[in-house]
Amino acid sequence: MPGILKIAYKLLANDRARFVALLLGITFAVFLMIAVTSMFSGTLKRASATVINLGGSIWVMDPSIQTVANTIPLPDYVLDEVRSIPGVKFAVPVYAGAALLKLRDGTYQSANIVGLDDASLFGRPTLIAGHIEDIFAENAFIAVKDSEFHKLEDPTIGTDFEVNDHRGVIVGIAKVASSGLFGVPTLYTTYNRAIYYIPNMRFTISYILVEPKTPADVGTIKRQVAAAGYLALTRNEFIAKISNFYKYETGVGVNLLLMTVISFIIGLSISGQTFYTFILENIERFGALKAIGATGRALVFMILFQAAFVSVTGFGIGVGLCSMVIWLARVYLPDYAAIMTYPNLGLAFGMVVVIAAVSSYVGVRKVLTIEPFDIFRG
Amino acid sequence: MPATAIQATGLTKWFGAGDARTYAVREVGFDACFGEMLYVVGPSGSGKTTLLSMISGILRPNAGKVRIEGTDIWALSDDALAAFRLHKIGFVFQDYHLFPRLSTAENVAIPLILQNRDWDAALKEAMQDLEVVGLKDKAALPPVKLSGGEQQRVAIARAIVSRPDILILDEPTASLDGETGRIIVGFVRRHILTDRRCIVIVTHDSRIYEFADRIVKMEDGRLTGVERERLDA
Repeated sequence: MPGILKIAYKLLANDRARFVALLLGITFAVFLMIAVTSMFSGTLKRASATVINLGGSIWVMDPSIQTVANTIPLPDYVLDEVRSIPGVKFAVPVYAGAALLKLRDGTYQSANIVGLDDASLFGRPTLIAGHIEDIFAENAFIAVKDSEFHKLEDPTIGTDFEVNDHRGVIVGIAKVASSGLFGVPTLYTTYNRAIYYIPNMRFTISYILVEPKTPADVGTIKRQVAAAGYLALTRNEFIAKISNFYKYETGVGVNLLLMTVISFIIGLSISGQTFYTFILENIERFGALKAIGATGRALVFMILFQAAFVSVTGFGIGVGLCSMVIWLARVYLPDYAAIMTYPNLGLAFGMVVVIAAVSSYVGVRKVLTIEPFDIFRG
Repeated sequence: MPATAIQATGLTKWFGAGDARTYAVREVGFDACFGEMLYVVGPSGSGKTTLLSMISGILRPNAGKVRIEGTDIWALSDDALAAFRLHKIGFVFQDYHLFPRLSTAENVAIPLILQNRDWDAALKEAMQDLEVVGLKDKAALPPVKLSGGEQQRVAIARAIVSRPDILILDEPTASLDGETGRIIVGFVRRHILTDRRCIVIVTHDSRIYEFADRIVKMEDGRLTGVERERLDA
């Protein structure tokens, strides 16, 4: 480390109270920003849980669909039409809906029911108990062991329940990549059993999952589906659509933005003010350095280093603290939906860079205007 | 005859504009030589500090020239002037302006560090100068743990650590009691002044006049006389 930076570091770090205050300001701001955006990311991920868990390269749906949970059933002929599009390797129907289960103890419990294509079982989950072929057995359902699993009274293979006056039996326990958003357990069965057991409207296909022959066929499939009056989205496009709905059409996004901005303002206020006070306290010393022969460039370098050091350190502590809190929350609250993503970290880091830039700008302006002559005048 | 270290001619400095213009220094000229301890004395507001700032390359004069070892310092660019100050001029400020968050040795090493010298080498040299001023055993302490006289000596060590040819001391006894002030300036006279160094001191403390080679008086921004000439003049 060049000597001048070492001086800058010692001036900063040896002023313990102010250094801690600066770190606290940045850490607190980073913690808040990451915590808020992580919770939102977790929520968004769960909102797309069905899409993530079922996979499928292309999802065909009614154009009015906003989220995967609010299905608008498709007529059966759409499935035939999609299967006839050149470039489609295969297309399968999937049922996604809600049902009210009556458990063994007589209590009722809402559940998500996913009906997989009987022929292919495309989108089937990974089983951790039982065999997938048992899904074809009479009344068979597979329970997903996620954070909501206990709401089914921790079923084992053979546990039965009622759904719409039909008997259901658990034949397997599965795991999936993502739990759902609404805090209800999920059961998988076959498509035909799902539409038979659960009351439906005239049409029953929730989505059509399509696999193109080649990636180049995606465009053609989307165009042909659109020509038929329906919407075909790739998996990522559908996830983005769901995400955008929650961000821009529910008020959740605005709240998130407000919280993030408030966190940023808090961080900026604490750090900016503390850093400015730090500069003011040392202004005569900076002036003395200038008189001795330090160039303005060297002083700017020192201040930028101090701002960058405290910001990066505060960012690191903030990220670490947030990770710890999320980890702890998950230990005690399995439903806790928060995930740190690189965009979240990038956003928080960008905000921290702005805090550092504003703080150092104020400091630099002050230091560059100090005249060494003022030091002589005392 | 010793070589000329500082040559100031026609130095003029005013502040404000129009009717509010106030002259701090008016057409002041003098020479200072190597091996000389020159005092600039005068009452408060007489322009001593302004003159000191102009001859040390800190405050640009409105008129006049300052040559240090033949270099017209106000013809230099800002960066070149800063480098010139760093290598050629040592400062002892009235309030010392030591860094309380650095150790005494680190305070002394600052000019060397600004010269991009290696940290450890700079500290080693600083220790040598702390030994000169008799504070080697306090090198690790922060300056706030030292007495006023000791802090003054640290400031002197910092001023000489880069081996400057010119040493500028601004009111060196202002914050010290009479005896300590005399001891400090006597120390500077005996140990810091060399044939290759010129020391300029601004003061109005008559108790330390005995250490001066020459004393010039200022009043209302002008040099009004020489209170004492060089002993060898």
